[in-house]
Amino acid sequence: MKDQQQSSVALPLPAGRAAYALGVWRNPGLWLVLAVVGLVGAYPIITNQAATREAIFTTLLSIALASSLNILLGYTGYVSFGHVVFFGLGGYLGMYLLNSGVGLPVAVLAGGMIAGLLAFLLGSAILRLRGAYFALATIGINEAMRTFISNFGPFGGPTGISLNFAVYKPYGGAAQALWLTYYSLLSLTLVAIVLSFQVKHSKFGLGLRAIREDEDAAEVMGVITPRAKTWAYVLSAIIPGMAGVLFFFKNGNIEPLDAFRLHFSIELLVMVMLGGQGTVLGPVLGAAGYQQLRGFLLTNPTFKDYQLVLAGALLLLIVLFIPAGAIGWLRARFPRLRRVLP
Amino acid sequence: MLLHVHNVSKSFGGLQALNDVSFELPEGQILGLIGPNGAGKTTLFNVINCVYPPTTGRVTFRGADVTGKKPYDVSRMGMARTHQIVRPLSELTVRENVMVGACYGSHGHRLREAAQIADEVLAFIGLGERADQLAGSLNVAQKKRLELARALAARPQLLLLDEVLAGLNPSEVGAMVETIQHIRETGVTIIMIEHLMHALMKLADYVLVLEFGELIASGTPEEVTSNPAVIEAYLGDPKLAEGLMDSA
Ligand SMILES: Nc1ncnc2c1ncn2[C@@H]1O[C@H](COP(=O)(O)OP(=O)(O)OP(=O)(O)O)[C@@H](O)[C@H]1O
Ligand SMILES: [Mg+2]
Repeated sequence: MKDQQQSSVALPLPAGRAAYALGVWRNPGLWLVLAVVGLVGAYPIITNQAATREAIFTTLLSIALASSLNILLGYTGYVSFGHVVFFGLGGYLGMYLLNSGVGLPVAVLAGGMIAGLLAFLLGSAILRLRGAYFALATIGINEAMRTFISNFGPFGGPTGISLNFAVYKPYGGAAQALWLTYYSLLSLTLVAIVLSFQVKHSKFGLGLRAIREDEDAAEVMGVITPRAKTWAYVLSAIIPGMAGVLFFFKNGNIEPLDAFRLHFSIELLVMVMLGGQGTVLGPVLGAAGYQQLRGFLLTNPTFKDYQLVLAGALLLLIVLFIPAGAIGWLRARFPRLRRVLP
Repeated sequence: MLLHVHNVSKSFGGLQALNDVSFELPEGQILGLIGPNGAGKTTLFNVINCVYPPTTGRVTFRGADVTGKKPYDVSRMGMARTHQIVRPLSELTVRENVMVGACYGSHGHRLREAAQIADEVLAFIGLGERADQLAGSLNVAQKKRLELARALAARPQLLLLDEVLAGLNPSEVGAMVETIQHIRETGVTIIMIEHLMHALMKLADYVLVLEFGELIASGTPEEVTSNPAVIEAYLGDPKLAEGLMDSA
């Protein structure tokens, strides 16, 4: 019987298995997402509009961060409320290095590295905690980091770091530097999406999803859970660290209250949940949708002061009615879509 | 010896779940493990595959002392198990569940190979049709089969089966007994916890009897079922006593 099965290679593979034979680069879903994000990202470049660029910059930043958070939240099932700590810490180190005369690419890499390193060190300590305890620990870390940085002399203490104007010079002045930041963030966002996709469709990602479903069962099946969780945490931290450098480079200054805004962490959670945790497309769509909505409310005088309320209400509605998020809901409703909606 | 359990005791707070249990298991055997509810059978599995460390005593697997190791360590060394209370990875497909076994079991297969192994194992186990379904949508009998499929995909040398027949109807029991026989023929050593003595009579080479955490008897299935101490142990449990009588 075994021999028969082995000689039947000419038969078509079952649909679900074909995905594993294809290799991830030939998945139409990935290209679809990359194309859409790439086109939207290219729009301000083609039309040369600085105003749209600013709006899309925020959306791209959200997509990159939400996709990264999704590796931990969606694939591994660990809720991090304090993910902004990596964004802030990366930003701080980047700003410090930029003012010391280091070039932007190196500063961005350093921001990613310090974020990854922090996640690695924290990982083995706090990833033993499960559920709400882990979530609380991540908040604690963000608060502790803000307090530490507020008292850390080299990073300017409570006033933070302002970029010397001379730093923009090698990039052709401030206006030109803004464009450069935009190109860089667009590339970083595309990398974040590819990373999210690759992780989900890898053996490593299968182990993560097993942990999400039942950590003890995963351990019994041979998944080295402490190691897998730590790497998931590290991978989810690196891109936020890099994005932090770009964001504050563009911003021109960084201070503790800006860098470690818990509110931003929660918004990221809402984005991931809104689009669909555990899917590649979900955080992309969720981030774009959330920013659209927020942009609308910001310009609307009645709702202007209520965006915080909005984030909370949205989170509540999602958890109550569509816990799988928009993409998760679609995938469950129309199983055929699973192959095109990664 | 594939497995060696040396003087293992395990207590949970004041409760002595296992008391000085020792036995050896040569390769290729099917060892039955019986005993009334709460006797400590599942706890013995949990100690053998390192879910809990024993309070005292040692476990040796393939010649290595595995006491104090983690379940993933022994999984990679070639030990796989099923759970009495099924633990499907509900939001993963049936195929993905089995792929986890293949990817992280004794061979550590890559994803693509694992997908192929999963399909072979699922066909063998009779779940081939369900491969693309979410595991959470299976019924209990199918989830039991999935437990077994996951364990098999790990290509274990030692397979621990915790009541895989419980809750199955008679025809399903017959099919599962046959499946287990096939597995043994592929050279896998098995320990199975089972309440259905007539099934154990067919399958087991040797049977251990646990009561209140102690080994009270061991022998061939025939020897054990006619052992007065064993019958006594089961008298407090009418359903089990009935099972014993049926087989005698
Ligand atoms: N994690 C635990 N914490 C505390 N007590 C436990 C734990 N696991 C098992 N026990 C206790 O240990 C004893 C043995 O339980 P175990 O599950 O091993 O019995 P069993 O022989 O498998 O029974 P059954 O036939 O009902 O499956 C029981 O009294 C049980 O309540
Ligand atoms: Mg039990």
